[in-house]
Amino acid sequence: MSIPAAYAMRIYKLFRGEILVLPGRTVVVLFCLVLLVLPAVTSQPFTLRVLILASIFAIFAASWDLLSGFTGQVNFGHALFFGVAAYMAALLNMNLGLAPWATIPIGALAAVVAGLAIGVPCLRLRGVYLSFATLAFPLILAGVVLAIPSITGGELGVYGIDPLSKSRVVTYYITIPSMMVLGFIMWKIADSKTGLIFHAIREDEVTARASGINTTRYKLLAFCLSGFFAGIAGGLYAHFLMGAGPSTLELALSFQVIIWAVFGGIATIYGPIAGVFILYPLTEFVLTRYLGELQEARMLILAFIVLLVLLFMPQGITTWLRDRTEKVCPRCKLRNVATRTTCRVCMAELD
Amino acid sequence: MTEAIIVNGFVASGVYALLAIGFSLIFGVARIVNLAHTAFYMLSAYLIFTFTKSMGLPLLLSIVLSIIAVTIVGTLSYKLVIARVRQHEATTLIVTIALAIIIQEAIFIRFGGDPSSVPKLISGTTEILGVSVLNQQLLTLGIVLLLLLATWALLIKTRLGTAIRSTAQDREVANLMGIAVPRIEMITMAISVAFAAIAGALIAPLFVLSPGMWMHPLVMILAVVVLGGLGSLKGSLIGAFVLGFAEILVVFLAPSGAFLRTSVALTIMLIVILIRPQGLFGIVFEEER
Repeated sequence: MSIPAAYAMRIYKLFRGEILVLPGRTVVVLFCLVLLVLPAVTSQPFTLRVLILASIFAIFAASWDLLSGFTGQVNFGHALFFGVAAYMAALLNMNLGLAPWATIPIGALAAVVAGLAIGVPCLRLRGVYLSFATLAFPLILAGVVLAIPSITGGELGVYGIDPLSKSRVVTYYITIPSMMVLGFIMWKIADSKTGLIFHAIREDEVTARASGINTTRYKLLAFCLSGFFAGIAGGLYAHFLMGAGPSTLELALSFQVIIWAVFGGIATIYGPIAGVFILYPLTEFVLTRYLGELQEARMLILAFIVLLVLLFMPQGITTWLRDRTEKVCPRCKLRNVATRTTCRVCMAELD
Repeated sequence: MTEAIIVNGFVASGVYALLAIGFSLIFGVARIVNLAHTAFYMLSAYLIFTFTKSMGLPLLLSIVLSIIAVTIVGTLSYKLVIARVRQHEATTLIVTIALAIIIQEAIFIRFGGDPSSVPKLISGTTEILGVSVLNQQLLTLGIVLLLLLATWALLIKTRLGTAIRSTAQDREVANLMGIAVPRIEMITMAISVAFAAIAGALIAPLFVLSPGMWMHPLVMILAVVVLGGLGSLKGSLIGAFVLGFAEILVVFLAPSGAFLRTSVALTIMLIVILIRPQGLFGIVFEEER
């Protein structure tokens, strides 16, 4: 057998063994493929625009999950990271003329600094106190932004910066793959030893500390990582809309990201991404296009949908589906299709 | 200027105190963060507007009706929605936000985004120490004081109050002592929402109504209860006065104060909880670590 064929065989086996065995993973791969070939089918600017924004918000919601879902540090002010990075990217591009490939990482680093700046003082706070304290930061910053219009443009914001790309399709092929890659990285982080420690901190911080984990360091790490990914989302957003305004720091955005994440299912990473890709196109396409006269009621209908779904699936939509299609092996903790009677790896009996 | 600061400061603080005490009560008893709290306050203000303007009912009657209606809506939404998901903390947050958005959008569809206003309950002004004060403002202050006294009496002097306080201290032991915890929680929710409704009735004649009016007080009462210590009524009261006055002072004294008022109030809150993480009068619960 030739070498390329051997590699192809190997990849095919990996594909069968790691992806096709679980319905959830198969769906994720199919979803990614559909997203990647979509511009070949339709190049309607509006469709692409909604999907681009959805992918940006998906990075943002997944980064909230990394901090709040895994570590349990429920952040009510996640818009801070988004807004700081968006303003940073916009101001750098506007004043220094840096290109998007430079401003977005710098904006993300600024968001990491913001993560440290709120992480350090909030280390002593717990539970609801932490949530309400984090709520304050973006609002304070928004007040400052509005009070110094000479630098930040006040209520109008900084507008007229460079777009990601002149063509909508190219922009689509920048944001959608970034969403997939960053989502995968976040999922890998959550799946690693670090992710396990994040879980431990959420479940019981005192016990985690008693087991020799430096919880302070890991909490700060969670703030920084989350800030970094949210910052990339903020930078992409600023360059896609060609500007950053005070709406990137609003309370509504902080709440919106929690709605997406909880609706999708927290502590999963793919949950918030699914939440965004269900709810955001739903408001923009279905409700906007087919409601007609009921146009004004679309937010109302959306809130009702969220309410009803959460009443019947309080853990979120993906967690509910996952628990019905997969079960965990009691011995090796691997996931299996619900139809199997024995574990796919260790052959233990599944209940 | 000074007089205006004092009068407006007292009115703002009084309304925040009412809202924060209701919020704090239901958090203390049932550990529910009710983000729809100020949406109920907005709903009450708009109901008064409907009853007086569209249906032509007398003002006093419409106030009573709207307080009753909002209390029923609040208790029902607790019973039908919040109570079912309350063991999932994050889900409770989203469900209450969804409730708030539903109320906001329903109001937006019914009344549009334009600001509206309600007639004052009593008109005219009174001279106090050479300062003329709107009678409506005096009435607001009087009712706030009366309600605070009534809450104190309810919590300290009655059997129901003892039951509420013991549930807040320890649900399980309260349950063992024969207190019907779910019922106490529902009663507390009703009281809490009624407070929000009364606050809405009080401010309706003083401020303009708009469908977005619940956001700012929500942020403020979150800051107030954290500043004072969650679950502590004394703390909520003091916190409300600190932040209410801080906000009014900034609006009147600082340049571009209208933008910075929330920032300054929230900064004060942050400084306090960074020094005392459990707030001014908060209690650290042993079992909640």
